[in-house]
Amino acid sequence: MTQGDDRATRPQAEPILEVRDLVKHYPLTQGVVFRRELGAVQAVDGVSFDLHPGETLGVVGESGSGKSTLAKMLIGLERPTSGSIKVHGKDITSLNRRESKRMRRDIQMIFQDPYTSLNPRMTVGDIVREPFAIHSDVLPSDQHRGRVQELLDVVGLNPDHINRYPHQFSGGQRQRIGIARALALRPSILVCDEPVSALDVSIQAQVINLLEELQSEFGLAYVFIAHDLSVVRHISARVAVMYLGRFVEKGSDTEIYEHASHPYTQALISAVPNPTPVGRESRQRIFLSGDIPSPADPPSGCRFRTRCWKAEDLCRSQDPELVTRPGSTHPSACHFAEERNALSG
Amino acid sequence: MTLQNGDSGDYSGPLLEVEHLEVEFHTRAGIVKAVNDVSFTVDSRETLAVLGESGSGKSVTAQTIMGILDMPPAVITGGAVRFRGTDLLTLSEPQRRAIRGQGISIIFQDALSALNPVFSVGWQIAEMFRVHRGMSRKDARKRAIELMERVHIPAAAQRVDDFPHQFSGGMRQRIMIAMAIALDPDVLIADEPTTALDVTVQAQIMELLGEIQRDSGMGMILITHDLGVVADIADRTTVMYAGRVMEQAGVFETYQAPAHPYTKGLLDSIPRLDQKGGVLHTITGTPPDLLDTPSGCVFHPRCRFRKDDCLTQAPPLYEVGEGRTSACHYYPEVLDDAGR
Amino acid sequence: MSEQLAHSSAGTGERPRGLWDDAWDELKRRPIFWISAFLIVLFILMAAFPGLFTRIDPNAADLSRSMESPSSKHWFGLDRQGRDVFARTIHGARASIIVGLAATLVTTLVGGLLGLLAAYLGGWADTLISRLGEILLGLPFVLGAIIILATFAGAQSGAGPVLIITLVVGTLTLLSWPLVARIARSAVYAVKQADYVQAARALGASPFRIMFRHLLPNALAPVIVYGSLMVATFISAEATLSFLGVGLRPPVVSWGVAISEAGSYIRQAFFLTAFPTAFLCITVLAFVMLGDAVRDALDPKLR
Repeated sequence: MTQGDDRATRPQAEPILEVRDLVKHYPLTQGVVFRRELGAVQAVDGVSFDLHPGETLGVVGESGSGKSTLAKMLIGLERPTSGSIKVHGKDITSLNRRESKRMRRDIQMIFQDPYTSLNPRMTVGDIVREPFAIHSDVLPSDQHRGRVQELLDVVGLNPDHINRYPHQFSGGQRQRIGIARALALRPSILVCDEPVSALDVSIQAQVINLLEELQSEFGLAYVFIAHDLSVVRHISARVAVMYLGRFVEKGSDTEIYEHASHPYTQALISAVPNPTPVGRESRQRIFLSGDIPSPADPPSGCRFRTRCWKAEDLCRSQDPELVTRPGSTHPSACHFAEERNALSG
Repeated sequence: MTLQNGDSGDYSGPLLEVEHLEVEFHTRAGIVKAVNDVSFTVDSRETLAVLGESGSGKSVTAQTIMGILDMPPAVITGGAVRFRGTDLLTLSEPQRRAIRGQGISIIFQDALSALNPVFSVGWQIAEMFRVHRGMSRKDARKRAIELMERVHIPAAAQRVDDFPHQFSGGMRQRIMIAMAIALDPDVLIADEPTTALDVTVQAQIMELLGEIQRDSGMGMILITHDLGVVADIADRTTVMYAGRVMEQAGVFETYQAPAHPYTKGLLDSIPRLDQKGGVLHTITGTPPDLLDTPSGCVFHPRCRFRKDDCLTQAPPLYEVGEGRTSACHYYPEVLDDAGR
Repeated sequence: MSEQLAHSSAGTGERPRGLWDDAWDELKRRPIFWISAFLIVLFILMAAFPGLFTRIDPNAADLSRSMESPSSKHWFGLDRQGRDVFARTIHGARASIIVGLAATLVTTLVGGLLGLLAAYLGGWADTLISRLGEILLGLPFVLGAIIILATFAGAQSGAGPVLIITLVVGTLTLLSWPLVARIARSAVYAVKQADYVQAARALGASPFRIMFRHLLPNALAPVIVYGSLMVATFISAEATLSFLGVGLRPPVVSWGVAISEAGSYIRQAFFLTAFPTAFLCITVLAFVMLGDAVRDALDPKLR
């Protein structure tokens, strides 16, 4: 609680999360005893962003874009190859054990699959209580039960169900249990990795609304990672588009969805089926050819050039930087960035 | 084969007709009514979308049509599946096998597990021709390459001997489609064909399915939970919930003026890509436990139009308009409701 | 475990159901479980309280009545030294069952723990444990046991029953733990990828908590299944080794020892071999059936 008050006194303009040039390369090795490095899977390759208190940054990307690796680095499950992650101005990539345990109170995660993110052998009460058991100095143990029930209530579950097991709950309810666990230590940042994609359509909206309620109630900042562009637009004020380990475009939701300037963003948005049949005959799609290249052997220059209809020789030789270009108000990593409303086709 | 050719001349009814289908699963915990009085028809050149969430019975319906349901635990307790007027449920297994692939074929969500990992994709496509058409190995292989080209697999002639794991998810789904259309089926069932794929790949696959349908004139049953995909390609929709049909209508009517509270709730609850909304409207509660379904209308515990008789009386499928039905006692109110 | 779960639910009045409850429900419905459980309880009673079944001293010898056939007084007859075969068979249960259960317990603990460590720590620990296990598994089981027992036990002639049993249990464990470790390792490896383990790590959970609160309980089922099948294997292994003269030996009374002693007279006095062998087979069968039932209940996929 005192931690929260301390935070409130900080100036709003200061970001609580600063990520700079974050890189994660997984070395590809051969041999058991005499290891040889053959190369590296460049899962994340130079990602930077700021996150301010109470705001949501949406990260959209397809499979292989590196968005899950990014999430794991943010919550300290993977150590970055290089770059920095600063939480409240403190770099968390170089902490000792004790400091890093302390850091975990500030940044927590909501997982994609509500069926594998809860230990099936633990009761719901034990699952939500685990954060207090690990951080034993947060709350005296005689208050655990009360706080656990309070947390279950906050996420919309019956507090009397603490002795039930995860499999007695539906997918949406399980996701709420995961959210309660993530909230237990009152973090200021939640990393949500595809938090609704495993849920039924009619349940997704419930969980999205819950996340928004919790955000305004606790002033949480979200890094919201998803492949569903509609969900990301709904919940995020700022959006970053990720392709092959890099952000290719970054901006406000309107800038990305209505004034996209990177060809990949445009293709991505145009590929999303609109949930109305009206005007479907006249809708023009951008069809990308081929598949996302392997992150172990990304294309030279611009990583998107192999699937891009605008690609020229320059794209092969020169890596475009993520900068704001003339004619646009937000950064885009394309030599030929040009705003276009991909929604209307 | 004989059945298909023999009957096609003088038959003029719907191509595929599912009538009052009832399927139960006998589990240790009790009897699960997975499909309960489901009826619909599909004609040539037509795409029927069967829309539903998990547990709605949409995939069980597809498996019943294909005759690939595991029995036991499943038991078909009533109804008929008529293909060109013949009730498939009364046929022997060899007769059904003759219809699978040539009359009706299916593609699944998970192309990786649907393909055999120990055979090359070319061999698997060619097998369709060897088994059903008695072609020689060489001819069958040639046809396999043609089919791979037809589903736009680049460098098909070089990749014909590759194995499933050497292809990307989108390419594997194309191979599944190639196998499914190899014998020119009259009806293709696509069971969540793009759920496991990325959006850009999904767009490619849906485009391919549309292209094949335009060329071949086959009827298609698209089974999905994705409201966007349905809006994009369906002609008509059947909305299912807890094993029952909630609403049937043309796709424009379904989206513009839903006649069932469940459909309406679903449409209201999805975030939009083209506009930033406020709080999403939700359908409260969770889908029912199929072992213990609610009395009266199955949707009543989650319905905001509920009145007293919804708790006791299961609604029939009311005729709402031309080719339009709704399983709601109060469909006029739903239709009039301007939305929230 | 299941009792613990039942206790924790006592407060709310509703019964939560875990894997163990489901497994118990599944077991209860199987006649084969009840048959094997009845036999095993019978043999365990025999091992613990042989006095309940016979009052005759198994070591009381009457050489003058050597190899007498079964009679109303001596149901299973008398052996070469004139000792009561029924009494010796009843008393033999103890050694056989102790060896079977103790070897299973120790093997499961040692193998399970090493497998857990190998999977959790990975890297060099994994390589070391896995390679060591492979070397031991490479040894033919009987040959390995003969070498070990002949080397150690041979030097200790006149050893007491406790020492002999300990040696046999130790040998069986040494040669069998890699199998358990291998199963535990792959089970833990699968669990290690689960999001709830990642979630615990993200919360800053200690390695001890992750191993014993998250990995072990979820990886236990296949190990228990294997363990329950192992009892039978060890009981017959004990008999085999005793028959070969390197396992248990007099003064320890065991079925293996009895079969070994009677083996030379199988043509003159068939009953001397038949009765201990029958008991051995029934016990092994009972444990195999129980193991099968436990496997089906705990892990239907393995069926």
